[in-house]
Amino acid sequence: MTSVGGGAHIGAVFSCADILAVLYGGFLRVDPTAPKSPSRDRFVLSKGHAGAGLYAVLAERGFFPVEQLLTHYQDGSDLSGHVSHKLPGVDVSTGSLGHGLSIAAGMAYSAKLKSAPHRVFCLLSDGECDEGSTWEAALFAAHHGLSNLIAIVDYNRIQGIAPIAEVIELAPFAEKWTAFGWGVREVDGHDHQALHTALAAAPFVAGKPSCILAHTVKGKGVSFMENSVLWHYRIPRGAEFDAALAELEAHP
Amino acid sequence: MRDAFIRTLTDLAPQHPELLLLTGDLGFKVLDQYIARFPRQFLNVGVAEQNMSGLAAGLALEGHTVFTYSIGNFPTLRCLEQIRNDICYHGANVKIVCIGGGMSYGAVGFSHHATEDLAILRSLPGMLVFSPCDLWEAAEAARYLVSHRGPAYLRLDKSAAPVNVEPGEAFRPGSIRTVREGSDVTLAATGGILGEALLAADALAEQGIFCRVLSVHTVKPLDTDTLAAAASETGGIISIEEHAVDGGLGGAISEALMEAGVFPGFFVRMGLRNTFSSAVGSQQYLRKVYSLDAAAIARTVSARLARGADRFLTVAAR
Ligand SMILES: Cc1ncc(C[n+]2csc(CCOP(=O)(O)OP(=O)(O)O)c2C)c(N)n1
Repeated sequence: MTSVGGGAHIGAVFSCADILAVLYGGFLRVDPTAPKSPSRDRFVLSKGHAGAGLYAVLAERGFFPVEQLLTHYQDGSDLSGHVSHKLPGVDVSTGSLGHGLSIAAGMAYSAKLKSAPHRVFCLLSDGECDEGSTWEAALFAAHHGLSNLIAIVDYNRIQGIAPIAEVIELAPFAEKWTAFGWGVREVDGHDHQALHTALAAAPFVAGKPSCILAHTVKGKGVSFMENSVLWHYRIPRGAEFDAALAELEAHP
Repeated sequence: MRDAFIRTLTDLAPQHPELLLLTGDLGFKVLDQYIARFPRQFLNVGVAEQNMSGLAAGLALEGHTVFTYSIGNFPTLRCLEQIRNDICYHGANVKIVCIGGGMSYGAVGFSHHATEDLAILRSLPGMLVFSPCDLWEAAEAARYLVSHRGPAYLRLDKSAAPVNVEPGEAFRPGSIRTVREGSDVTLAATGGILGEALLAADALAEQGIFCRVLSVHTVKPLDTDTLAAAASETGGIISIEEHAVDGGLGGAISEALMEAGVFPGFFVRMGLRNTFSSAVGSQQYLRKVYSLDAAAIARTVSARLARGADRFLTVAAR
């Protein structure tokens, strides 16, 4: 869909594809026939540039027809590059980094006020942990003991145009979240079983919000896209597209 | 105005359990009673306005009516993108309350003056913009916003104009309130500075010049009909705001009248002209420095009417 429409950010999508697959493959309590059900788990894709990935899992889960994915980036489509709440199953539109965790914390606080059992999941990029607003939200969530809030950081160590080690180092990353009052676990973000186990174990510390640092590879699944800054913006076309598809199909 | 706002919220909170007040660590003493009575409907989010606005959006999407509260530009410009993307784009039921509209904070300094907020906030799709001139309007606007669903901005001034509330007078959101009738000139003001317009009108009346004074408590949506009537029924319109003239009330009025094809005899925008309010002093002092006090308004009216008279004589002589 990104190839047809000319959408960028394929590397960012592949980076978190396994996380989205585990969440929507059965972990989240969501119902395509009742996308607004008050008892559903909430999900906020804070790294909105990976919208294509969320659209794909939602379509596969039956929130809207799979064919609609081909309208991604097309004139008149509801599928904007950055994720849009026009789509059933999407609660929040994002695209400007550093917004999602605050919104998710608001949702989690509301659930706590209402003693509602559903939980709020928020998928962040490592790059948006440069944003002060992310840490404002982290402080808030810890202060209010939002144990119903689970942040998953797609820790691929590459941001917009360079590796984070060259831009703004985040290490020691787990320690930062811990110091901010969160329960933290580090997992291989492409290992479905490990992701599932971590998600199922949250909250990691009673009374605290949980952070899963998912170690990932940007562009995962396509050898020439992996760990490459180029594929943050490049769109696979022609031979590149065929080669990428062949690799993905070889390892479903 | 701040107290009138809080009092209204305190009155209404029991009937509106969905109502939540978020503050960015401001409201010392002022919020005490509200907090004591409704601890579950209050949240001090700390000095973190971006988070406050994002939280407000998340809470509103879950069915709460959320008020965010802080001084000057802190609940608006500081977190403008959260207001645009998270609140407005989602049509979230969040009311942004700024205490210290215009130069209310006086000698505290320009960082605490809100002088571009009306222009910026009114440009956001779906946003309503209220800027009351007196305590009654402030309380009534707050009452309206508790029941209204969707994003809105409420700009509260420290000063309040001494306007008499007519018995049985109803607050009409989206309508201009005519606080004095007159046919020579229209003074259209927003916020507490309307008090200066009234003083100017008093002084001018002694010279036989009668001003119509309008309180534009709702800057968006703007009541074009009342303005069009003022344009045709009075000699000209002067907009008065403790705000930049660019894009604020003056901007809004000129846009509306131009589009309606109604042209006042003359039109003057009184406000800050491409300047920061960097002088130091009380709100009253600053109004004088920036030519926004009653004397400046009266001078402007006299000068314009004199110019109009000159033109009339020239035309008559031809
Ligand atoms: C506030 C903001 N600034 C800049 C951008 C442009 N932008 C899009 S993605 C990106 C960085 C991508 O790196 P990262 O955030 O780590 O996400 P990844 O693609 O690696 O998952 C940037 C700077 C943006 N979307 N929002």
